[in-house]
Amino acid sequence: MPFCTTDPNLRNDWLTVGAASQLRQVSAARPVSARLLGNDLLLWQDDAGAPHCSADGRALPIICRYDYLWVHTGDGPAPALFELPEFAQPGRRIVDCGGIGVATSGLRVVENFLDIAHFPYVHTGTLGKVPHTEVAPYRAVVDPAHGEIWATECHFFQPRASASAGDGIDAHYRYRVMQPLTAALYKTCPNRAGEWDVIGLFVQPLDQEQVIAHVLLVYDEDVLPDAEMIAFQHMIFGQDKPILESQRPRRLPLTGSLEAHMRCDLTSTTYRRWLHQRGVTFGAHAQPLP
Amino acid sequence: MIRLYDYELSGNCYKLRLLMHWLGLTYERIAVDFHPGRAHKCAWFMQNINPQGQLPVLDDDGFLLRDAQACLVYLASQYDTPGGHWYPEDAQTRALIQLWLATADDLTRSISAARLHYSFGYPADIAACDRQGPATLRLLDDTLAENHYRGTPWLAGGTMPSIADIACFPYAALAGEARLDLRRYPAVQAWLHAMRHRPGFIAMPGIIDPSL
Repeated sequence: MPFCTTDPNLRNDWLTVGAASQLRQVSAARPVSARLLGNDLLLWQDDAGAPHCSADGRALPIICRYDYLWVHTGDGPAPALFELPEFAQPGRRIVDCGGIGVATSGLRVVENFLDIAHFPYVHTGTLGKVPHTEVAPYRAVVDPAHGEIWATECHFFQPRASASAGDGIDAHYRYRVMQPLTAALYKTCPNRAGEWDVIGLFVQPLDQEQVIAHVLLVYDEDVLPDAEMIAFQHMIFGQDKPILESQRPRRLPLTGSLEAHMRCDLTSTTYRRWLHQRGVTFGAHAQPLP
Repeated sequence: MIRLYDYELSGNCYKLRLLMHWLGLTYERIAVDFHPGRAHKCAWFMQNINPQGQLPVLDDDGFLLRDAQACLVYLASQYDTPGGHWYPEDAQTRALIQLWLATADDLTRSISAARLHYSFGYPADIAACDRQGPATLRLLDDTLAENHYRGTPWLAGGTMPSIADIACFPYAALAGEARLDLRRYPAVQAWLHAMRHRPGFIAMPGIIDPSL
């Protein structure tokens, strides 16, 4: 079965097929399957613990980074995967929150992850609360060195910013988009001043309108059990999911006037422009002819 | 002390949270890493909490009870005020409630199974779910439409909701996550609306709190 897109942004980049833990006790004799870009892949690990991947009887490059598996489906040379230095920082808690399926374009899932303005309405009592709805001005730029988007100086009142937060805080955020379907959020650590908790969002595109959204925590948190940290993230994501699945068109419009933006959507508009300039078509809404 | 072995995104756990909230009970939530950890299937949980490896489980001062519908019966019997409406003593009402508790299991086998498939990649017979889910919603819709003309908006009749309504509520409300279209069931939609607008309603992810 061929892959369902020729979009070089996806075919020449590393795409996740889920957590590395799924290959525990999976040998070549009994591989697991994973769906990616409309194709079924087989995954297994060898006796030395190295991951392997095949599709259509052909071996594909696969690496394990940040406890996740990344596959390269293109014919050309694979680029370097993005850096996430906090992952290897001593003292960090690494908690895999697993993947949750969403019936929409991966670009919509990433854009939602980058949005602050919906917090008081969708994540009431945790990430926001009416009437604290104002999004203060922040910056969003494309870093010329790495081609990544960085949104900085974001801050927002949060009644319960994380599973262990006691009182409301003025949470500071920084967003980063590494690839069209991977992003990271750096947020004020409620327990340790000056440190940033990191939440990685790795979207596995099953096809143009179905994805699995994987979430990895790289936290300074050291109090709560994993299950409570995961429960908090699933609560947040479970609140976003029906909103995401109700958005039409499912594919993200990158240009035009189909959806209107305001000042608080600067990260979204930067993301859409960045996708458009890269020529992303996969998961993007095709523009009607003029 | 009541403890609930709980998972945030489980509709069957949520129905116990909803009833305990409406009963004004305080309880301790013990988060179980259902996904991705499958902690409900680990040896410790199956040996000590629930040999069936399922959530929710209620622990009321050492009385361990599995099965969401059994827990609803227990909580309403034990903690509702005398003459309360959640599990009335009237024989016919109790018989009707029992019928809808069984229907709640049909919703779990169809809509919940499909939702677990689409959300967490669980294997499921989607063709069977796509037959059983709509059939059960149709049964609910026809009953609720008839009840409407008899002057009651609730599944087991009467002027107030019962545990029959709580049992069937979550997976009917979450039908969209099983990729079913609730617009085909207008009486179900009106009933979901009535449930969500009752004073003191609490939401779960996927079922939006109307006060927002």
